[in-house]
Amino acid sequence: MPVTSYLALGAVLFSIGLYGVLTKRNAVLVLFSIELMLNAANINLVAFSKYGLYANQTGQVFTLFTITIAAAEAAVGIAILFALYRNRNTTNADEFDSMKG
Amino acid sequence: MSDIAWLIPLFPLLAFLLLTMGARRFSDGVASLIASGAVLISAGLSVGVLIEKVSMVAPTTLRWRWLSLGDQSISFGVEVNQLNALMLVVVSVVSLLVHIYARGYMAGDRRVPAFYAYLSLFTFSMLGLVLSPNLLQLYVFWELVGVCSFLLIGFWYFKPEAKRAARKAFILTRIGDVGLFIAVILIFWQVGSFDWGPIFTAVEAGKVAPEMITLIALLIFVGAVGKSGQFPLHSWLPDAMEGPTPVSALIHAATMVAAGVYLVARAFPIFEASDIALDTVTYVGAFTAIFAASVGLVQHDIKRVLAWSTVSQLGYMMLALGSSGYVAGVFHLTTHASFKALLFLGAGAVITALHHEQDIRQMGGLWKTQRVVGWLFLLGCLAIAGIPPFSGFFSKEEILTAAWLDGRIDVFILGVITAFLTAFYMFRLFFLVFMGGKKAKVEETRVPRIMIWPIIVLALPTVGAGFLAWLPEHGFSHWLTEGTGIAAGPEGESPGWLPLLTVLISVVGIGLAWLRYGRGRVNSAQVEAEPAKEFSIHGLLSHAYYVDDLYRWVFVKPYRWISLALTWLDRYVIAGLVKGIGLLFQNLGRIGSTMQNGQAQTYALVSLLGLVILIMGLSAGRWFG
Repeated sequence: MPVTSYLALGAVLFSIGLYGVLTKRNAVLVLFSIELMLNAANINLVAFSKYGLYANQTGQVFTLFTITIAAAEAAVGIAILFALYRNRNTTNADEFDSMKG
Repeated sequence: MSDIAWLIPLFPLLAFLLLTMGARRFSDGVASLIASGAVLISAGLSVGVLIEKVSMVAPTTLRWRWLSLGDQSISFGVEVNQLNALMLVVVSVVSLLVHIYARGYMAGDRRVPAFYAYLSLFTFSMLGLVLSPNLLQLYVFWELVGVCSFLLIGFWYFKPEAKRAARKAFILTRIGDVGLFIAVILIFWQVGSFDWGPIFTAVEAGKVAPEMITLIALLIFVGAVGKSGQFPLHSWLPDAMEGPTPVSALIHAATMVAAGVYLVARAFPIFEASDIALDTVTYVGAFTAIFAASVGLVQHDIKRVLAWSTVSQLGYMMLALGSSGYVAGVFHLTTHASFKALLFLGAGAVITALHHEQDIRQMGGLWKTQRVVGWLFLLGCLAIAGIPPFSGFFSKEEILTAAWLDGRIDVFILGVITAFLTAFYMFRLFFLVFMGGKKAKVEETRVPRIMIWPIIVLALPTVGAGFLAWLPEHGFSHWLTEGTGIAAGPEGESPGWLPLLTVLISVVGIGLAWLRYGRGRVNSAQVEAEPAKEFSIHGLLSHAYYVDDLYRWVFVKPYRWISLALTWLDRYVIAGLVKGIGLLFQNLGRIGSTMQNGQAQTYALVSLLGLVILIMGLSAGRWFG
């Protein structure tokens, strides 16, 4: 069952990304981890478009969209980070606590 | 004339409204003129009504619709019969004289317009009470006179004793009022009407169960006990003497305290239908009469002697009514109103002359300087002691006759002893105040003429009202009971020795008072030393049998302790519980708010955990199914 190995790779990548999002102190690394999670999803989409029950091109088209949007999102995220860094002089995620109740 | 009887109470009401609205604009003189003028009109109308009633005895009733409850309608209005025509005159004339008198007595007081406003309100309420054609309206006015009494006792509210006395009077009479209120409700329940006519018809036709009649009569009597200062609710009346003297004369001697007697007289057919109720009225009255008279023997305050005397005489009236002596009771009410008002106004004149000294141990020798007041006071004393030909003699004799003919020998004996005590303490008062040497440290002032004239006017009925009893063919009692279906008094011929006995006993009382206090032998040190002996009869009497102390220890103190315990319970248990619940949620909130640390990663972790739990929950069925 070749699809299983693709899905396993996706799951591992997603978990690593999730772990990174939840634990990393550095906001840049958090952004990277989010990219990892996005790409894990992309792997799943591509795997199903090739080996899925109703295999067709839709999954690959979707993936292209996702990659494009992820690029835009990364750009926006990095821009926000720059702004934050200028204001707070740090990229440490722990210190961004203005949402405190 | 009776058709416009409804106007009578309205003039004092008008005066009250005028004085209340313009209290600060009227000078003392104008205020007293307005109030006295209003009462003068009322008094004139009342006399007119009474004169008309003498020849035409059919009751006049005017009614207007007040409330509709389902198919019942309650009316208000006025009813004029012989009894309340007589009361109208008593109330309005005494009130008029007191209004005039107060102009002199209250001179220099800061709140004269307010005083007249209260006095007018009282006159309005009392006249309204007397004219009420039904029980509900009577109850409304009954409460109104209570309020006026409260306001006027506490008129000098800056004196703590006055404040306390006002409160005490209000609370003790309220206890009686509750009884009356229950009686009113019971009557409406049983008869379906508040009007006297249907009530009496229903009682006479036997539509109400005898036990219920007894209960209603007793509850009405409870109301009368509170208002008329009968034992055991008597103790407010002596304390009420903290009010200005004109108020004592009007409210606490002549009119309001007689309202209880009036109520029993008005509801007499109900009482007549129940022997138990009549017995209760008689014995409570007789006991109050002798009890209060004995306390009156040792009082030192001139007004308190008169107050205890009032309690005692009201007991006499109750005794008369209870012995079926309807006419005797009402007659004594009338004569008592005149001579007791006279005595109070005379006492007020003495107090004014001595610069508000009320202690009779500090008085003496006023006969030489205040001859007119002395004569008038003597007339009052003779009348209340029952010396012929003064009015008190006739009414007292009728009361004792009623008790004798009703076969109540025990009550008769109590009445005779009371008559003796009355003569003794009244002349003790008279001798101590007017005879002997001067003890007053201050120079006496002249009593203003405006205070003397009302007393002289009151002296006329004090001397003459008794002769009503001598009208040909029992004219007075015949007139009072005609068309009411009430028996004038117990059947029978009064024993011939009875007047002799009453006169003799009074003379003995006066003589003893003369021996003890009159010959100038008594020195002030002796009288002052009297209350020193704590556990003597004298001590017992001067503390009024410790009834007040008993009430303090049995009712007031335990009540205060219970209140303290409840305060503690409220403050620490109930408030503690409320605060505890508040604290619980405050702390929960604090714990919750520490989780809001602003860390996006923590939030994400929590969301993840939530998602995991959600998925587990959604798929749990699959695991266990």
